[in-house]
Amino acid sequence: SKLREKYLINSSQRDCRWYSVSNLSVKERIEKKRKAALLGGGQKRIDAQHKKGKLTARERVELLLDPESFVESDMFLEHRCSDFGMEQDKNKFPGDSVVTGRGRINGRLVYVFSQDFTVFGGSLSGAHAQKICKIMDQAMTVGAPVIGLNDSGGARIQEGVESLAGYADIFLRNVLASGVVPQISLIMGPCAGGAVYSPALTDFTFMVKDTSYLFITGPDVVKSVTNEDVTQEELGGAKTHTTVSGVAHRAFENDVEALLNLREFFNFLPLSNQDPAPIRECHDPNDRLVPALDTIVPFESTKAYDMLDIVHAIVDERDFFEIMPNYAKNIVVGFARMNGRTVGIVGNQPKVASGCLDINSSVKGARFVRFCDAFNIPIITFVDVPGFLPGTAQEYGGIIRHGAKLLYAFAEATVPKITVITRKAYGGAYDVMSSKHLRGDVNYAWPTAEVAVMGAKGAVQIIFRGKENQAEAEAEYVDKFANPFPAAVRGFVDDIIEPSTTRKKICRDLEVLASKKQVNPWKKHANIPL
Amino acid sequence: MASHGLSPSLNRLLLALKYATFQPRCCAVHKAHYSTVYNGNEKTFDKILIANRGEIACRVIKTCKKMGIQTVAVHSDVDSSAVHVKMADEAVCVGPAPTSKSYLNMDAIMDAIRSTGAQAVHPGYGFLSENKEFAKRLAAEGVTFIGPDTHAIQAMGDKIESKLIAKAAKVNTIPGFDGVVKTAEEAVKIAQDIGYPVMIKASAGGGGKGMRIAWNNEETREGFRFSSQEAASSFGDDRLLIEKYIDNPRHIEIQVLADKHGNALWLNERECSIQRRNQKVVEEAPSTFLDPSTRRAMGEQAVQLAKAVQYSSAGTVEFLVDSKKNFYFLEMNTRLQVEHPITECITGLDLVEQMIRVAKGYKLHHKQEDIPINGWAIESRVYAEDPYKSFGLPSIGRLSQYQEPVNLCNVRVDSGIQEGSDISIYYDPMISKLVTYGATRAEALSKMEDALDNYVIRGVTHNIPLLREIITHPRFISGDISTNFLPEVYPDGFKGHQLEASTRRELLASAAALHVASQLRSQRILVLYIRMFSLEVCGQWSLASPLLPLTINNTHRMLQSLSRDASGEIVLQYLGTSFKVRVLSKLAAELNSYMPEKVPEDTTSILRSPMPGTVVAVSVKAGDTVAEGQEICVIEAMKMQNSLTAVRQAKVKSVHCKAGETVGEGDLLVELE
Repeated sequence: SKLREKYLINSSQRDCRWYSVSNLSVKERIEKKRKAALLGGGQKRIDAQHKKGKLTARERVELLLDPESFVESDMFLEHRCSDFGMEQDKNKFPGDSVVTGRGRINGRLVYVFSQDFTVFGGSLSGAHAQKICKIMDQAMTVGAPVIGLNDSGGARIQEGVESLAGYADIFLRNVLASGVVPQISLIMGPCAGGAVYSPALTDFTFMVKDTSYLFITGPDVVKSVTNEDVTQEELGGAKTHTTVSGVAHRAFENDVEALLNLREFFNFLPLSNQDPAPIRECHDPNDRLVPALDTIVPFESTKAYDMLDIVHAIVDERDFFEIMPNYAKNIVVGFARMNGRTVGIVGNQPKVASGCLDINSSVKGARFVRFCDAFNIPIITFVDVPGFLPGTAQEYGGIIRHGAKLLYAFAEATVPKITVITRKAYGGAYDVMSSKHLRGDVNYAWPTAEVAVMGAKGAVQIIFRGKENQAEAEAEYVDKFANPFPAAVRGFVDDIIEPSTTRKKICRDLEVLASKKQVNPWKKHANIPL
Repeated sequence: MASHGLSPSLNRLLLALKYATFQPRCCAVHKAHYSTVYNGNEKTFDKILIANRGEIACRVIKTCKKMGIQTVAVHSDVDSSAVHVKMADEAVCVGPAPTSKSYLNMDAIMDAIRSTGAQAVHPGYGFLSENKEFAKRLAAEGVTFIGPDTHAIQAMGDKIESKLIAKAAKVNTIPGFDGVVKTAEEAVKIAQDIGYPVMIKASAGGGGKGMRIAWNNEETREGFRFSSQEAASSFGDDRLLIEKYIDNPRHIEIQVLADKHGNALWLNERECSIQRRNQKVVEEAPSTFLDPSTRRAMGEQAVQLAKAVQYSSAGTVEFLVDSKKNFYFLEMNTRLQVEHPITECITGLDLVEQMIRVAKGYKLHHKQEDIPINGWAIESRVYAEDPYKSFGLPSIGRLSQYQEPVNLCNVRVDSGIQEGSDISIYYDPMISKLVTYGATRAEALSKMEDALDNYVIRGVTHNIPLLREIITHPRFISGDISTNFLPEVYPDGFKGHQLEASTRRELLASAAALHVASQLRSQRILVLYIRMFSLEVCGQWSLASPLLPLTINNTHRMLQSLSRDASGEIVLQYLGTSFKVRVLSKLAAELNSYMPEKVPEDTTSILRSPMPGTVVAVSVKAGDTVAEGQEICVIEAMKMQNSLTAVRQAKVKSVHCKAGETVGEGDLLVELE
């Protein structure tokens, strides 16, 4: 009876059950492993992580997802390396260096992996890659986005080629999932070497300021190869990638702000390419007039204004999630809602470089337009573009092939496309910016619109070369072309509208276009000029 | 739809209420408080040109519409879509933006009168309203000037002459001496005769310019030296004015109304003591300080003065009143005053209508005994300026959102702008005159609080925080005010509303309520428990609306939502002042303690070229002080001019570019200190 007492578990329960000795020891081992898994690399390393101003992998997941919604997978998975003493028990961590699973953000399903820097510096082992691949495969099967929280020192050197194979397995899944489910990377620590290509393949890359880095090779290798002196921050910090390289789409102050913003961002996205753009309950009247817009385009046609003022005034609740706000600022792209429905906004920014199109702005715009098209998000384009930026720097840099990307993206897109010409639509740039000719569904012009091959002065110099009375000819040209009529009489714009009615009209059009069906000719895949 | 950090039961409650409809607040639309009925049989003019802009032009047009008179607006090119232009029947552009080339351009305005056939001109205030040359030119063409005769403008325009006339008309004037003072000792003797303290200044200098106050003989000698030098060098007129200095005075003025038949009325007083840099901020009518006999004495003297100069039309006689209710004539303004609406509120007269009648030659309908004081009216001047800097430095910008609180009863808003209007450097930064009215002063003040809380202004910095603090300050409420009110009450400058424990809790609870609501997209909430306190916050609002009508523990509060972002930062306007609150779930708040404090990088002292282009103009030089938003230089790129402005107020340290130079992107242009 002593024995009986000893092995009676949960005696308070009505149906007392007997456990064998071996069963008990398994139970204990389960508890022990779970506890160990929750501690990652141990309290000391957790404290070190906090000291760096970073959260742990688990804290990040917890903050990103709705409370108690996280369902973890592969908590017991361990690395299989037996070289360099890795087989010892003290070098085995249940779950290895990544936390994976699924959960919900505002009730909507998402798959997440969060690299754990406290275990071998978050380095990627075969097991680590296997865990990530598993949740990516599941995400593809059910059609849900994947969010990666990157904080990894790189490959698990001890594993050698096994680690490299793991990267490739992930890359392949990134590529196959591209355009099927949204993929978002949030860089929250180092991400170097081959590892950078996973974020690069995802749809959006966000960074945390001061604590995250992305580079192919670190400052030491750079010094030895090119003899350049550069700090980690200068080489691959958040500022570099959001302002100079355009690798990252946005940066946030710290882990908490980044994760909270990611939750907000997630609300804009459909779960997969089979889902329509999400519609959130809207408090902003869809027929709201915006009188401020009637005077927003300045009196002088050479004077700048802020395209963001127009965007904020038109969209729901002035709520605009800008993508790449500090890179190629002459084009504005981002997500907003119209009557609750997610839309992608593209707009030339007259405030920066007169809103011209150049290499960087074309690429920025093109990638955004393609994302929207892939995920059924209608595109609203605000046009005030004086043309492509001239100069040797641009020509040598290949503005022709890069400019073609934006043209290609707009032309290929089959989602609802609404265009508003607020002022200038000059030259080839007019064609590019979601014009009627590229299957724009609804194209509006404001009374201030001017659709022409070029500005009056340049045009007159060509048409009336060497003639006197240039001023008179210029006035005639302005009279003829510096207004919306030439485009309107040809049907290239559907209507000339009062700016204050723009929101109302777009909301109404989007309702109609919700049932738009358009299919491009069958192809294996298109061949965008990369 | 799951929430972040909220209990499931609360969630259910919110979801149930999610589809409750939003009820707009409703109230009678304001009508101006005129008690006199317009007599349609009295023919005045067919068409009037208003030689002004902004709120006063709109104000005049409103009365013209009531009287069936056609209106002509004049405007500068940048004002071509201004409200006064839209309101008028016809509009004529009289030149480019600078006032000297447009609103002060007499030739262009005379042309506009001729081309439109206007029979009369209302000048409003400022600009050409007290310009005798303009009045003369109008008379020469047979166009009626809606205002006093030329000689009254001239007589009252000169400080010294007006004082002599006032003396002759037995109006109390400040004891003093005006003329050439040869030596310092002579000045001392004069000062002793008047009695200290005295004020010394050059006769020709206007306003408070070059004014010195002497409390003893030594200071008088010093003041004499400075002022006589200044008089000779700056004005070429070496007359000096030495007069009694009124310490801690109130500025109280009497509205007069006179016709061309020798009749004149006083329409009671306006208390205009709340001033900053000699500009009025809050005015009220009547004054808490005057008793009926003082009021009558002041009114009668004002009328005596008006009669002495054969004044016709509306005018204002300004007095300084000392603590013993002695009053002294200051000057007479021969025009419609900015603050005329409060007089209209308490007397029921439409002053513009009366001005038009009088200009046509009609007699006044009213007798002095017909002029009542009905209730109390208060006017707040809402300016586009930053009250945290010397009680108000001008700010400029575009009104991205703008809603006047005209849905409240007994609120009158005189403005000449609308959503989308630009507050530019060219003109007065006044946004509007906010007037509230009540049977008692307390009622008018409480209405003013409501009106300020309901006023939505976005896109420019405005002085509502200061206005709300003034009208709720115990000293103001008790009527204990003087022209030194602001520097005395805020000796270290205005710092915004200071929260107490209870109001702090209200603010936090409101921010939390908004945060939760925005996450749950619902329209009615909630009982909130935040750390050590619990407040019930109820309200019906739309997350898209800038106004947040809340009931916090049974107290009604009108808050405004200025911004909110994903990281939980919410900016609310509460009790007039804007406060930044961060709302985080419990988990996020715990984790936030690990986040490092960051020192913001100072990029405000360096101005770099944002693009390659040509420098068209550099508007500053080293050593200049620039205001926030002031233009530093203009860069032209792709035939487009981009104005680069200062992000903060600072002194210019060095300038690294000059006009005509080509600059690349990121090139250093100007360094600030």
